Amino acid sequence: MTIHDLAEGEAKVAYDARRQRLLDCIALKQPDRMPVALYGTFWLAKYGGLTCKELMYDYEKTAAVAARAVEEFEPDAIAPFVQVTAAGRSLEAIGFKQLQWPGHGVGDNQPFQYLDREYMKADEYDDFLFDPTGYYLRTYLPRVASAFEGFEDLPIFPGLHYFRLVAGIRPFAKPSVRAALEKVIAAAEEVDRFVGHAVAFNEGMAKKGYPLINGAIAVSPYDFIADYFRGATGMMKDLFRHKDKLLALLDKASEFLTRQTIATAKISGQEIVMIPIHWAPDAFMSGKQFETFWWPPFRKMMMGLIDAGLVPMPLWEADCTKRLEIIRDIPPGTCIYWFERTDMVKAFEVLGDVVALRGNLSPSLMTTGKPEEVDAAVRHLVDNVWAKGGKLILDGAFGLPDETPIENVRAMFDAARRYAG
Amino acid sequence: MEMNAQEQALVKHLADMEEDEALDIAKRMLLEEGADPLRVLELCRTAMDIVGKRFEEGEYFLPELVLAGEMLDTIGAIAKPLIKQDESGPAKKLGKVLIGTVHGDLHDIGKNIVTFMLDINGFEVKDIGVDVPVTTFIDEIRAYGPDVVGLSGFLTLAFDSMKETIAAFDAAGMRNDFKIMIGGGQIDETVRAYTGADAFGVNAVEAVALCKGWTGVAA
Repeated sequence: MTIHDLAEGEAKVAYDARRQRLLDCIALKQPDRMPVALYGTFWLAKYGGLTCKELMYDYEKTAAVAARAVEEFEPDAIAPFVQVTAAGRSLEAIGFKQLQWPGHGVGDNQPFQYLDREYMKADEYDDFLFDPTGYYLRTYLPRVASAFEGFEDLPIFPGLHYFRLVAGIRPFAKPSVRAALEKVIAAAEEVDRFVGHAVAFNEGMAKKGYPLINGAIAVSPYDFIADYFRGATGMMKDLFRHKDKLLALLDKASEFLTRQTIATAKISGQEIVMIPIHWAPDAFMSGKQFETFWWPPFRKMMMGLIDAGLVPMPLWEADCTKRLEIIRDIPPGTCIYWFERTDMVKAFEVLGDVVALRGNLSPSLMTTGKPEEVDAAVRHLVDNVWAKGGKLILDGAFGLPDETPIENVRAMFDAARRYAG
Repeated sequence: MEMNAQEQALVKHLADMEEDEALDIAKRMLLEEGADPLRVLELCRTAMDIVGKRFEEGEYFLPELVLAGEMLDTIGAIAKPLIKQDESGPAKKLGKVLIGTVHGDLHDIGKNIVTFMLDINGFEVKDIGVDVPVTTFIDEIRAYGPDVVGLSGFLTLAFDSMKETIAAFDAAGMRNDFKIMIGGGQIDETVRAYTGADAFGVNAVEAVALCKGWTGVAA
């Protein structure tokens, strides 16, 4: 039994109708009405009167507030809310160094923020390319999470054989490695609780008739290396200084990211894979750089996901207008393209016959505008995208900004129902 | 500017992002041939003008600015110790800009690029970092006396932080002493009006144009 079969009776009818709207959009068929997604992270804190810290640390409170929001707005698709917010205990247990979160670097009422740093040095491309797993174990993991400190002392596995293999496992007796293993096991137990709560929330919502907008989350090969390994400026310099090695690593990453995403998505039972995109925007690189470094490994990955029966849903952050013609090159009816600042009408004109669209009420409007302005913005999207045949899933530009007043969320849903079913 | 063949080559390699070739020539000029370090830095500025122009024209993007900054730092580190004391008086700057990321926000990539572009365009820039409390902004402004204050922010929480910061400038009686520009991933005219800033920019070139406009320099 999959998550799609959990609901019963009226809830099952509602679940199937909502899910069908998403499937119709993806297949470029006309749904019975324009679907609206409820997606956000720390907006739930504002909605439920919790601190950001409570949202990250208290599984039950977070699930309860998220469920209340879902039942109030009756969206067609929802975020895996617990999964995207309540990671605090897990982050703490693993000693995660790449993020600052409430109580760990930022205040109790501030969202988590990523620390852009050089987590892989420029001269480590060869190590990573030759043996990605060895590089992860002995170099990368101890750098990014303190629970793994001690893994530097692990043996070099490739080459261990026969009696050399027997002697080769001796490092596991070292105090540094033992301590690390104990911390990692303890962290994994917390992560197991976290994921258990996340799955319970997703299943509970499915039983009430609400499908998820995505299960697995993935990353593009370029962003994977830029954000999580080389850092923003390191990556930009590598485009000139280490072009060939970077291209080789991008190609390799597209392969292992595809395999890993397929494995994760199978566990979640959800086809739609959310892929936040950070480095594609028009301002971040030239068209030539985009077509050399960014797009080919990502397209290869998307094709791998599509071949495995999954639905990639890249969230194209910032303005990607100049990329629209290039990213059109995928099989029609296989993806959802979520746009943040790209003009949705323009995106529809270029991509409307190829992909479903998602978005994109502006963050400044949602946070500082009046409900009637939100209404007008929804009407604009309905008139110029949905009513002209665009398969639009209405949402904020990046879900709901943390500070969005409740009345603006209400205005978004009311306007969608008023103008598009 | 009159340039000999070697000087032209340095400018061309710098402007064309040919780092190895550019650094080879710069090092040879400075360390082997005894070239005037101020002359080498002037050639670097000529190259950066070309880089800035190509950025404005949409040929270059952030990666080129980052590499250009890196090349400039490398050459500067070699050249500056070679400058004789009496020659190293401060160059005349177009104006003073104080810049920082508002409280609650730790992002700095955009702010750093704006700082670099203002610097190579002849402004004196003081970067006071990220997650800057309102009181720090006020103290720094009092001490530095900027012509322009740049508030940076990537997260939506920065809307309110910017609004509070600007309101505090008002309350401190200093709002009319300088112009305020804001920038960051989510900033638009709606946010400018909400915060009370004088202007917003969507990239570093716009920030330079705003500052030039305010300090009376032809953009």
